[in-house]
Amino acid sequence: MRRPLQYLALLGYVIFLAFPIVWLLSTALKSSREMASLVPTWIPRHPILSNFADAFSEQDLVGSALRSLAVAVACSVLTIVIALPASYAMARHRSLISRFAVGWVLVSQVFPFILIIIPLFMVLRSLGLVNTLPGLTVVHVTFVLPFALWMLQGYVRAVPRELEEAAAVDGAGRIRSLVKIVAPLLAPGVVATALFAFISSWNEFLFALVVLKDPDVATLPLTLVKFTGAEGVVRLGPLAAASLLATIPSLVFFAIIQRRLRSGLMAGAVKG
Amino acid sequence: MRTRTALAVAAVMTAALTAGCSSAGGTGAGGGDQASGPVSLKFLSLAWQKESIAANKQLVDEWNKANPDTQVEYVQGSWDNVNDQLVTSFEGGDPPDVIHDDSPALAGFASRGYLMDLTGKLPAELKSDIPQPAWDTVTFADGKGGQGVYGVPFLQESQVIIANKKLLDAAKVRIPTPEAPWTWDEYAEISKKLTKDGVFGVAWPLKAPVNKVLNLGLNFGGTFFTTDGTKATVKVGPEEREVLQRIHDQLYKDKSADPSALGMGTADPLPGFYAGKYAMLPAGVYLRQQVVEQAPPGFEWITIPPLKGTTSEQGATSQTLSVAADSAYPDQATKFIAFFLNSTNQAKLAKGDWLLPTSMKAASDPSMTTTENGWDVATASAKDLVVAPYLRVNGFDEWKSKVATPTLQQYFADKITLDQAAETLVAEGNKVLERYNK
Repeated sequence: MRRPLQYLALLGYVIFLAFPIVWLLSTALKSSREMASLVPTWIPRHPILSNFADAFSEQDLVGSALRSLAVAVACSVLTIVIALPASYAMARHRSLISRFAVGWVLVSQVFPFILIIIPLFMVLRSLGLVNTLPGLTVVHVTFVLPFALWMLQGYVRAVPRELEEAAAVDGAGRIRSLVKIVAPLLAPGVVATALFAFISSWNEFLFALVVLKDPDVATLPLTLVKFTGAEGVVRLGPLAAASLLATIPSLVFFAIIQRRLRSGLMAGAVKG
Repeated sequence: MRTRTALAVAAVMTAALTAGCSSAGGTGAGGGDQASGPVSLKFLSLAWQKESIAANKQLVDEWNKANPDTQVEYVQGSWDNVNDQLVTSFEGGDPPDVIHDDSPALAGFASRGYLMDLTGKLPAELKSDIPQPAWDTVTFADGKGGQGVYGVPFLQESQVIIANKKLLDAAKVRIPTPEAPWTWDEYAEISKKLTKDGVFGVAWPLKAPVNKVLNLGLNFGGTFFTTDGTKATVKVGPEEREVLQRIHDQLYKDKSADPSALGMGTADPLPGFYAGKYAMLPAGVYLRQQVVEQAPPGFEWITIPPLKGTTSEQGATSQTLSVAADSAYPDQATKFIAFFLNSTNQAKLAKGDWLLPTSMKAASDPSMTTTENGWDVATASAKDLVVAPYLRVNGFDEWKSKVATPTLQQYFADKITLDQAAETLVAEGNKVLERYNK
């Protein structure tokens, strides 16, 4: 009796999670007339594909999705490259300075980002990085880094210091023990942090709006917003079609990385 | 193997990012290099409807073909966030050359020196084709004690009523014309008459009530602000209370308006309207486009002209094209605007956006005066548009968001009385404006 109830609960949860995607798909296949019906339908009565055609013909969806992907992946990689050693240092070498650094990381999250946009824009402009994807990547890394450091620091602390000491007793140097002992145990944390960085960058709108002025370098959030008009009026059909397409790259990315995340978690569990 | 994969990914990323760099390399602010080729202008457009985008792009293409020395790049922005985008561009010295926005946004930009004063720079034909009330919506203080014209007004919106014709016919009510509009009293009576059998006479979508109420307030001479030289104060007297009270009465006294529509955005009541739940929808003229696109087959609707109080006047803002003060090519940008907004082109743009052209010649275009889809009524309503008094009020945006919006929402939800609402609008509002009046 207990097992069917568990399955039922799981099914309910899956349906709950799937709701936005199903609704997006349903809306993308409806005509404006059907969308304006007082009684919404789950399954479109007369499915159409013209919303997809409009979305593709009016905006550079594929190009902007690829640019978003490039920025998000670059942001993830750079965030990890910077945050991993920094978080290790912060977690392992406890001193007044490292405590201050941790505190500062937290404080930096308090400032509303709108405050730093103009100075940031001017710095990027002086570096010739306005209107470029590397410029946006730098901004995204800066924006993601404090929380990534905070996350990774927790994972580093969870790795017992005794393991490194034991490796040292066995003759392993600092680098070797980091690579062979600590790194595998940190894998789930690294993957989770990379995912966080990826999602943050993939969805980010405000900085992209400010940094990227040229339509040739627009990322996906900037392209999607072009289907909205004044007073909250939205071209829902093409927007739903475009948003549905926009979810595909991140779904693929998650599908690829999910197995790694799961295996990483398992590895951590056994060794921990 | 893993290392090789990682390296391959890194190589692809580097290539993609480099491509991103290079693609943007030649398109800096101000555009092209005069020595090496044609002048390049960036045109930030806020067109968003399919037909409107097509009209904008077509006009840009026409210009580019006819003017090989001045090439215009079409950049699509969005109404939702254009002002954030522009502020950073202005501050960073990298704005688009030609900017599409609306007149309320121009006052602040003008006083900070971000926009070029177009006084004396526009061709006489364009200047005289647009009536003075429209120019008044773009004439602002320059922040140095003078005044200037900081945009060319080209599209305006009036508030009309979109009505279910069958329900109106069944109730045997008089169908108004622009020459003989309904008065607010007549409208209230008709709304009551239409309210029966589960149908409400009207749905007032007042999620964002301020501009709508302030624009309609002029029907009874309600300006909501008085200005003493450079200082503005809030005023909610008998004139300002009229429209507020009449809408409130429809909701709670006559019960001819559906209170559940109050929290809706402008287009949200449309499904209920098509289903016959509401007989009338007060809305901007642009909403006709949605009705044409979405209404079920056989659904008959008409456009009712603006209501009349002591006058039919409505406060108007306008969509505008401006030139950035930092533009490297202001003369070319001005010439492009003059072309883009000539009367023929304004008619195309107005049709694309389902709004009213400011150009008098464009307004007389047969496509603007046809009875089809209520164009004749919509276009005729332009004659009663006058500059919205709030356009001249420094600090209006903050008053609107911090004071007026929550207060009016509470009032229309029947949580506070009109006296309480008026007191808050004035007392709290003046505190906000005091900072701007210094």
